[in-house]
Amino acid sequence: MRLTLREVVLGVRRSPLLSALSIVTIAFSLFAVGLFGLVALNVSRALRGLEEHVEIRAFVADATPIEAVTTALGDINAFPEVLQVEYVPPELALKRARKELTEFSDVFDASVLPGSMEIRLRPGFRDPVTVGAVASRVLAYPFVDDVRYGEEWVQKLYDIRNLAAAAGVILGIAFAAVAIIIIATTIRMSVLARAREISIMRLVGATDGFVRRPFLIDGFLKGVAGGALALAMTWSASNLISARLINTVFFDRDIALLGILGGGLIGLLGSAMSVGRHLRRV
Amino acid sequence: MVRFSHVTKEYPRTGVALNDVTFRVNKGEFAFLTGPSGAGKSTILRLVLMEDAPTAGEVRVSGAAASEMRRRDVPLLRRKLGVVFQDFRLLEDRTAEENVAFALEVTGAPRDGIAARVSRLLTQVGLAAKGTSYPRELSGGEQQRVAIARALVHDPTLLIADEPTGNLDERATRGIFQLLREINAAGTAVMMATHNLDLVRRSNYRVIELNRGQLVYDSAAAAATTAATATNAAADPEV
Repeated sequence: MRLTLREVVLGVRRSPLLSALSIVTIAFSLFAVGLFGLVALNVSRALRGLEEHVEIRAFVADATPIEAVTTALGDINAFPEVLQVEYVPPELALKRARKELTEFSDVFDASVLPGSMEIRLRPGFRDPVTVGAVASRVLAYPFVDDVRYGEEWVQKLYDIRNLAAAAGVILGIAFAAVAIIIIATTIRMSVLARAREISIMRLVGATDGFVRRPFLIDGFLKGVAGGALALAMTWSASNLISARLINTVFFDRDIALLGILGGGLIGLLGSAMSVGRHLRRV
Repeated sequence: MVRFSHVTKEYPRTGVALNDVTFRVNKGEFAFLTGPSGAGKSTILRLVLMEDAPTAGEVRVSGAAASEMRRRDVPLLRRKLGVVFQDFRLLEDRTAEENVAFALEVTGAPRDGIAARVSRLLTQVGLAAKGTSYPRELSGGEQQRVAIARALVHDPTLLIADEPTGNLDERATRGIFQLLREINAAGTAVMMATHNLDLVRRSNYRVIELNRGQLVYDSAAAAATTAATATNAAADPEV
């Protein structure tokens, strides 16, 4: 291991410019991945914010005894899909309407608006099928006249979320693949710069594993350094966008560390590809 | 030590490099490989080092057949062989000592004994005082001596030398050849590819001559034929 680390240090000292170039190239490749991740994170957060507005409103028939409504509220609250259920009596409904819709400002009688149960669902249960199923079960109560949950809106939101998730996965894989190819090519330059040394190592009886090891460590370290640089660049970009354009959220600490480690793994993989290809050829 | 049985080597781009070559180099023997450029000398050395596999026929080195050799076993075989090249193949950013030690380090030799062994080898090749010199500070002959010291680190049973004097002047050539003779005298077989016919003529060693991939002359086989003819003539004086 001591010898392997010495070879890594020697490799960097022998061609510092190439090493710096490798780290910068890796950083820019990962910066593209980071920016994409930032967009994906903020889009997903925005969609989650919208999803929180998915709500089922069950209108309660006039003159329904409050006990029946209270019992139903308890039942509905026990549904596994339900996060929260709340009864909105006609008076409160009118108050809200007056606040939100000015044309209601001259209506004085609460009886024009029915009471309702407002049901909010847990995350993961806000898709059209689940929302529809919960709405049907609520509609089964005899005192419920009607249920509304913006069926079309929920469907559209769900479609957008699916599209964003699919685009995220596909583009994420594409960006990562491009990063791996760029990194493999960069590390290949380091391998070619040391081709003479590799051929000598093999001639004197070094195993492929021994030859490969310093390059793998080198690739991993360059990946980590590139990943850290990319994270700093993404953080600066995020701050700039927040200050000039739109408020954005940044990755939390765990995701940031995972990103740096991911850089290291991509560096390792790129190195393994490059040195493996070289060893098969010579 | 080395056995070639009807070996043919064909490369996809350049065609046939060796055609039905058969010979054997025994333990402790010194054999020259001669012939013009492109005759197949380097191909033979590549096959001995198992850098390539024959297209047909069988190559055996130290009892191991190329056809049965697994890729991961090749480094172990190479540790039994020493190899030197015309261009020395030294690492420019390491001293003579470090170049020799490198061959021990990369094969996982214990650290304690490396310095003493390197010092002994550099003394053996006449470079005891130049251990801390970098290759650029050494003459061609001295660089080749470092390469020879490196080739000897594993006490090889066979030393392969591919045009080891090709880049050297007359005096350095004589020195390197003398060193190879001493190594051979100590029991290591030597296979030396060379264009230097003066060197070949001046010594009494076996000569294997190649031309266009074919073995055209083997002094050992010729001597055996002459000896057999002489024996037959002695047995039957009327012939």
